[in-house]
Amino acid sequence: MTAVTTGAMTLPLDVEPIRAQFPVLHQEVNGQPLAYLDNAATTQKPRAVIDAVSGFYERDCANVHRGVHALSARATEAYEAARGSVQRRLNARRPGEIVFVRGATEAINLVAWSFLRPRLQAGDEILVTEMEHHANIVPWQLLCQQIGAQLRVVPVTDSGELRLEALDGLLGDRTRLLALTHVSNALGTINPVAEIVARAHARGVPVLVDGAQALPHVAMDVQALDVDFYVFSGHKTYGPSGIGALYGKHEHLQAMPPWQGGGEMILSVTFDRTTFAAPPLRFEAGTPDMEGAIGLAAALEWLESVGLERAAAHERELLDHATRALRSVPGVRIIGTAAEKAAIISFTMEGAHPHDIGTILDHEGIAVRTGHHCAQPLMRRFGVPATARASFALYNTHAEVERLVEGLHQVRRVLGR
Amino acid sequence: MSDLRALYEEVILEHNRKPRNYMKRPEGANRSAYGFNPICGDEFTIHMTVEDGVVKDVGFEGAGCAISTASASMMTQAVMGKTEAEAEALFEAVRDLLTHDHPDPATAGRVGKLQVLTGVREFPMRVKCATLAWHTMHAAMHGVDGTVNTEEPEEHHQCAIGGGH
Ligand SMILES: Cc1ncc(COP(=O)(O)O)c(C=O)c1O
Repeated sequence: MTAVTTGAMTLPLDVEPIRAQFPVLHQEVNGQPLAYLDNAATTQKPRAVIDAVSGFYERDCANVHRGVHALSARATEAYEAARGSVQRRLNARRPGEIVFVRGATEAINLVAWSFLRPRLQAGDEILVTEMEHHANIVPWQLLCQQIGAQLRVVPVTDSGELRLEALDGLLGDRTRLLALTHVSNALGTINPVAEIVARAHARGVPVLVDGAQALPHVAMDVQALDVDFYVFSGHKTYGPSGIGALYGKHEHLQAMPPWQGGGEMILSVTFDRTTFAAPPLRFEAGTPDMEGAIGLAAALEWLESVGLERAAAHERELLDHATRALRSVPGVRIIGTAAEKAAIISFTMEGAHPHDIGTILDHEGIAVRTGHHCAQPLMRRFGVPATARASFALYNTHAEVERLVEGLHQVRRVLGR
Repeated sequence: MSDLRALYEEVILEHNRKPRNYMKRPEGANRSAYGFNPICGDEFTIHMTVEDGVVKDVGFEGAGCAISTASASMMTQAVMGKTEAEAEALFEAVRDLLTHDHPDPATAGRVGKLQVLTGVREFPMRVKCATLAWHTMHAAMHGVDGTVNTEEPEEHHQCAIGGGH
């Protein structure tokens, strides 16, 4: 039981009943109870999500938007209701601003090719930050190569915060888009998105925010933030993999050409010409991931039922605990010490390569991520080839933090340090 | 803890702490290759002086985990003074030992001390760590300034992509 204070309310988050809803957590790995601390890579799924997906298969499985029969009607209704769930989670103005995609990666590619490409010319610039995931670097790079545009980069400080004072200098007349992450997957930094969007808009620059790491942890209001595009993945927020969403402002989506052609996204087709459907269907060619969308909606609703604030407060306690505890382990260096952080801790350990840390912790039943976290430019910035990363979800416990610390002592023992 | 000890054999830990022929670029080195594992960021450059078909000297630089560092260190010791054909045979034997569940029984005899690396077989995720330096050595022997990466099919290992680094 953790007592937390969130605004006016004091609510305890009782972790055990929550853990009970996650079947996967109750197993042994290498003879030890599993401590799953790799949530930034993917989160585990609660029973509510598993049941929603299998329930779709058991009762409603049919293709959407096509049949007139009962199952197809039910499937369509559930799929569109799921769109509504995402709309509410992001506080978009209308469901039509939500496009279902495979995940954050596909959403970014969609914006790159459908929104930006038609308006990008040689010599133009796309602004990203030094802490982006490869998913928010490579699509822009590909575009730059095709068009002859240039990628420019907002640097980060030693503590892992964006150097906002550099932002205004980088937002130039030729900047066509600013793409940045809401929460860094490798540092945990929560970026001041509202302020950044305001500064970009003051220069007439649209903004895409990568919310892949934010959605499981922080509240989101696309209207209040006034972002142009917001993207995320279901699997990182207790939902299925292979599903995610793109939020785009209505006026942007309306103006964007389709990026993939096929069924479902059309109004009419002759061999001479095709008239495309309005957004969002225009961007959802082919049979969509129906069970994924339904599972995603179940995940968003489940998290809402737990209470995002309560979950975030619990994670903040885990983060504080883990930060303090890891600092007490000799040789540990935490990479990313921003004032505003999500429950993600990247670290290195003197004399122990992250991969050795990962293997030895795994032997203790503790799952952490090791490697460059698809953020190689950021690793270079901090002068490390890789880090070990512990990332927490609302079902993690203080006992697991203690096990992590004990595991790191074990790493020192095994490697003879 | 027992099988973990098989991976982190005392010999391996010792080589990791004090890698042999490390940060060494032999006088008159005439072969070198850069090998890297794009998944984990391990990278090594192997330099060799090969004269009259014999590995006269060899050294390595770079950084990696305990397994890859120790394997690189042991590799340099093992191929030092060997003929190219012998070094090549050793590469084949080590690879066989690490990547096959039932390596040729003769293999074990041929690799000698390198048998300590067999513990890695129980950790499939770590096999690439142990083989990286060997693939890189193999590439160095077959061409000057080759580049190897663990994620490419082996047939492509010898295509030199630019010059080393
Ligand atoms: C910040 C960030 N952006 C984008 C992605 C890509 O997400 P996906 O692979 O689900 O498309 C990730 C996943 O690691 C991420 O952490």
